[in-house]
Amino acid sequence: MDNTSQIKKENRLVKWLLIGVCAVFLAVMLVLPLIYIIYTSLAAGFQKFFSEITDPYTIKAMKLTIIATVWALAVNTIFGLCAAWCLTRFEFKGKKVISALIDLPLTISPVIAGLVFLLTYGRQSILYPLLDRLGVSIIFAVPGVVLATIFVTFPYIAREVIPVLNSLGTDEEEAAALMGMKGFTIFRKITFPHIRFAFLFGIVLCSARAMGEFGAVSVLSGHLKGLTNTLPLHVEMLYQGYDFTGAFAVSSLLILMAIVILILRNIFEKKDV
Amino acid sequence: MIPGFGLTFGITISMLSVIVLIPLCSLIIYSAKLSPAEFWGIISGKRVLHAYFVSMSTACIASLINAGIGLIMAWVLVRYEFPGKKIMDGMIELPFALPTAVAGIALTHLTTKEGWIGAFFDRFGIQIAYTKAGIVFALVFVGIPFVVRSVQPVLEKLDGSYEEAMEILGGTPAYTFVKVILPEILPALIGGFTMAFARCLGEYGSVVFIAGNKPMDTEIAPLMIMSKLQEFDYEAATAIALLMLLTAFVILLLNSAFQYRAARMVK
Repeated sequence: MDNTSQIKKENRLVKWLLIGVCAVFLAVMLVLPLIYIIYTSLAAGFQKFFSEITDPYTIKAMKLTIIATVWALAVNTIFGLCAAWCLTRFEFKGKKVISALIDLPLTISPVIAGLVFLLTYGRQSILYPLLDRLGVSIIFAVPGVVLATIFVTFPYIAREVIPVLNSLGTDEEEAAALMGMKGFTIFRKITFPHIRFAFLFGIVLCSARAMGEFGAVSVLSGHLKGLTNTLPLHVEMLYQGYDFTGAFAVSSLLILMAIVILILRNIFEKKDV
Repeated sequence: MIPGFGLTFGITISMLSVIVLIPLCSLIIYSAKLSPAEFWGIISGKRVLHAYFVSMSTACIASLINAGIGLIMAWVLVRYEFPGKKIMDGMIELPFALPTAVAGIALTHLTTKEGWIGAFFDRFGIQIAYTKAGIVFALVFVGIPFVVRSVQPVLEKLDGSYEEAMEILGGTPAYTFVKVILPEILPALIGGFTMAFARCLGEYGSVVFIAGNKPMDTEIAPLMIMSKLQEFDYEAATAIALLMLLTAFVILLLNSAFQYRAARMVK
């Protein structure tokens, strides 16, 4: 056998070996946990599963999760699009500082994110007497949960849209502005069609994080059953109460959501420009 | 001139201040209430130091494992064609999409002595759940996407001509990889490692369940903050948090300095 064909044979061996390593790794680390949760939650019978996920507390937790996610999406959309427009269409001092600050929530531990809001609005804060007089409670209440969710998802849409706008350049918008088009019309008619998929992609990432956030929300919610529990917190509470079937049943709802998100993610990825 | 600077700049700055800047300042203001001696007293406590050590070491080991597996995975996804490749590629982001608490309880149940994975390792006398190995296991899960997604685009763009030259000159594949490919993807690999490390350092949701949280054994730094908060000891929580934030910033700074140097060397 000559040398090259031997190397080719070796290469093929290496190829299938490496693919095998990856397949086993992914199967054990990613697929097995999913199968395990779905299997365990259904093992006690479909009836039990159904009664767990229609439990009033589960439904309340789901409602709060949806509320927090909608808030996070709304804030993220406004901020993301404004920040992207401002940072890519104009030159000004301090631009780098602003983009570094936008990314900050990504590098902060979720527990610290929660702590930071606790210090800002909690009992020992200088803002507390004012909030108290106004009758607004943020910590251990729904607004705290919403704030924590907004904080951890803050950079998502901006980060997806900014690179696309940067690579797009400003020629089209400048031409439109010269011809007298109004700012918002330019954005709607010229810019937005280019960033549509990046924007949707950002929305998908943002909702995934918002629905699944645990650490930051856990600090601020106070774990009041039926009041400030989101779905992930509800899972924790069931789990700590040794109601494993319940915890896994609610978890499988979240898994379903994660799978939908993964599918959407793969649809929207890298379609722009 | 494109219109809209005033409006978008105003919205950006004010939202950034309300959501990010003011809350972060309150952390600094609050920690300023502590005297340096008090601050030092808190962060040099035995239990706190141990929690730091556990966090740093498990995050480091997990990110090293991820760097290895992530590199292989990126390689497989870019260079090879095989059935199921699309599904494999689409699955990598699962740790981002799956809530950390759900991942945490699933991994815990799988790795206890009775669990599907744990029973296998138990035969060799290895315990995963409720030990440091369990923490590493959860952190590997959390960190997978970072390395893969930072190495993959660089590998895709890599020019094949040097490799071909090496092949013609008779270099073995392993030699080609070390001498030609590795130097090109090293900055991306280190970048991915750093992102994974920073994320693992602060990870809470997936770790609390599997760690068992025994003091002086499997307690991690974010959990220390959490338990100080539950005791309403805000001073201690703030001091620990500040040190963790500083660590994260130093790591990210080192990484960006390295990336900057690497980018200049390529030029």
